[in-house]
Amino acid sequence: MNYLLQQLVNGIALGAIYGLIAIGYTMVYGIIGMINFAHGEIYMIGAFVALIAFMALGISGITYIPLALLLVLVIAMVFTAAYGWAVERVAYRPLRGSFRLAPLISAIGMSIFLQNYVQLLQGARVKTLQPVVHGGIALASGTFDVQVSYLQLFIVALTVILMAAFTYVIAATPLGRAQRAVEQDAVMAALLGVDVDRTISLTFLIGASLAAVAGVMVLLYYGVIDFFIGFEAGIKAFTAAVLGGIGSLPGAMLGGLLIGLIEALWSGYASVEYKDVMVFVVLVLVLIFRPSGLFGRPEVEKV
Amino acid sequence: MSTEAAAAPDRVAPRGIAILPLLKESFLTAIVALVLAIPLVGFRIVESNGTTGLATRFWWVGFAAGAVFLGRFALGIWRGAMPPRAVGGASWLDPVARFGRRHARIVALIGLVAALAWPALPFATRGIVDLAISVLIYVMLGWGLNVVVGLAGLLDLGYVAFYAVGAYSFAILASDFGLTFWEALPVSGLLAALAGVLLGFPVLRLRGDYLAIVTLGFGEIIHILLLNWGSLTRGPNGIGDIPRPGLFGLVFERRAPPGFTTFHDFLGVPFSPSQRVVFLYYVVLALALMVNLFTLRLRRLPIGRAWEALREDEIACRALGINPTNVKLSAFGIGAMLGGFAGAFFATRQGFISPESFTFTESATILAIVVLGGMGSQMGVVLAAILLVLLPELGRQFAEFRMLIFGAAMVLIMVWRPQGLLAHRAPSLRLGAPPR
Repeated sequence: MNYLLQQLVNGIALGAIYGLIAIGYTMVYGIIGMINFAHGEIYMIGAFVALIAFMALGISGITYIPLALLLVLVIAMVFTAAYGWAVERVAYRPLRGSFRLAPLISAIGMSIFLQNYVQLLQGARVKTLQPVVHGGIALASGTFDVQVSYLQLFIVALTVILMAAFTYVIAATPLGRAQRAVEQDAVMAALLGVDVDRTISLTFLIGASLAAVAGVMVLLYYGVIDFFIGFEAGIKAFTAAVLGGIGSLPGAMLGGLLIGLIEALWSGYASVEYKDVMVFVVLVLVLIFRPSGLFGRPEVEKV
Repeated sequence: MSTEAAAAPDRVAPRGIAILPLLKESFLTAIVALVLAIPLVGFRIVESNGTTGLATRFWWVGFAAGAVFLGRFALGIWRGAMPPRAVGGASWLDPVARFGRRHARIVALIGLVAALAWPALPFATRGIVDLAISVLIYVMLGWGLNVVVGLAGLLDLGYVAFYAVGAYSFAILASDFGLTFWEALPVSGLLAALAGVLLGFPVLRLRGDYLAIVTLGFGEIIHILLLNWGSLTRGPNGIGDIPRPGLFGLVFERRAPPGFTTFHDFLGVPFSPSQRVVFLYYVVLALALMVNLFTLRLRRLPIGRAWEALREDEIACRALGINPTNVKLSAFGIGAMLGGFAGAFFATRQGFISPESFTFTESATILAIVVLGGMGSQMGVVLAAILLVLLPELGRQFAEFRMLIFGAAMVLIMVWRPQGLLAHRAPSLRLGAPPR
């Protein structure tokens, strides 16, 4: 029982990270109908920028932890957003209106490029960070102690705050309105004075900065990163987005939580080796039985 | 625009260059590059004696920004000097492609003669023939994937799964069950086809990019299985000592195993290790030609027509009574079988296989060959395979930049020429399509 509870706690923290990445996929898919395959790499870059920021702050003597965390978050979000913007500008924008698979192939190329770019610049070896946030709350004790670390609380709380802010942006600001309009019908939105290019760029900026937050979290949570983490996390987050219904923001968050829970429970009770297989099996099952996901609208194909 | 230019839309006058806006644009691009470069280029995480620290190299950042400035400026000059060109518009490769299509037989014949004579050419050392074998394996894989991606229009990101199934089937059949190359080859192909049908059956109803991600998942699942299912695949250690193929019972070894005759004894010539390489070259050439003829014939059969029709318009196909699932499944299965053949040959040529050889990068490489070649073009696949295998070989000193250049090339080629080097079909009439 306690073991189950502990796995649930771990799964929720992990799921919050996946959910934040999944939002980037789901937004981009909603607005331009492409799978941004390089989004996992953007998250990886976020984690690297965060690690470099932590070390730079440590050298500058900023050791007050809340301040350091805040600065690292801001730095990671800003620089990673720049990467997200540049990727769209270079690899996707020239391909709008091209045949369907062209942007996806371009995105795969971008993903390979970014992975090797980071590997060449920072080295292939695993990078580590000493734990920054210590301690936690004991939830239950007995034969197996259940612990919620402050870090897990921080991750979940930050995710909730970001989700709330984000939902507000989409629902009640001019930018959100423009995004929803472009999502419905880009040509019509352009005719009515929405700057489509700018809206799409901003979507990539937002998606990348949320991925950067996920990168900061994963760096704090595991303390280990390398240039290859984006591939796996990217696929899992994409699965989460599909599971929740691609194009739906609450769906992406819920999908992320479910994937995190599945992963934690599967590795807790079944086998660690096959935990990634499990995620793919879930993806296939969802696509077969409920292709529109949990919250998605069924897609009607017209002639 | 003069009437003459309007009459020949391919020859629009150059746009001219506005230097000041271009300078401003280049400057802004350089600023962006500066921002991008500061964290990852400017700082380097270094480890020494168990502690990590930061090293700086800010002059690299300046260098990168300067290079981007000059690059953007040069691009602007180039674009201004060249006639404007829409995405996927005309380029100097079109006449090449047209020539290739019009004289397909002659080009194919020249290629065939060159391929047959290759090992006999004066500069063909053992290494060069070996390289040609690698090219031909990728040509085979490219033609196999072409059936799935080029003809049927199904984006398969996990083609390596079937390549792996073929290779492992062959390795297990040959080393554990003692089958010879020629017995095990068809069986491996069939097993790969079976895997293709089994995996394809549940997912082929999915739309393009969903299918792509699911097939990517299959590739990863097979990779994880190869790593962890130790009793069958021997895990990360891989399978070694895979038997080599023989020619009608003649083996290519220095000394014959009991009960066998060696090739050089039979012919009465001295032994040389390049005999085996040349033999393998002709085996893979024969296999590749078989694959080529097979797919070319298939295209003329009703099933091939159905693939192409389905690629163009699925709803119309359904209305005309074509069962999309069966048609897609046949493309998936046949593509998988061809990948399986290539895998079996790969296993026997290497003599050793491990999960390392069957990663997503391999899938991406094969896909890049098909896309780069111009989806559906047999000749384009050959060109692209030669390009993608030779480039890394030529630039050995740039080995670590190989994948970086590879990824960048994929992006640039898509941006520059989305229809591939030798586009097979002319762009069909398009009404102002929304950017979706």
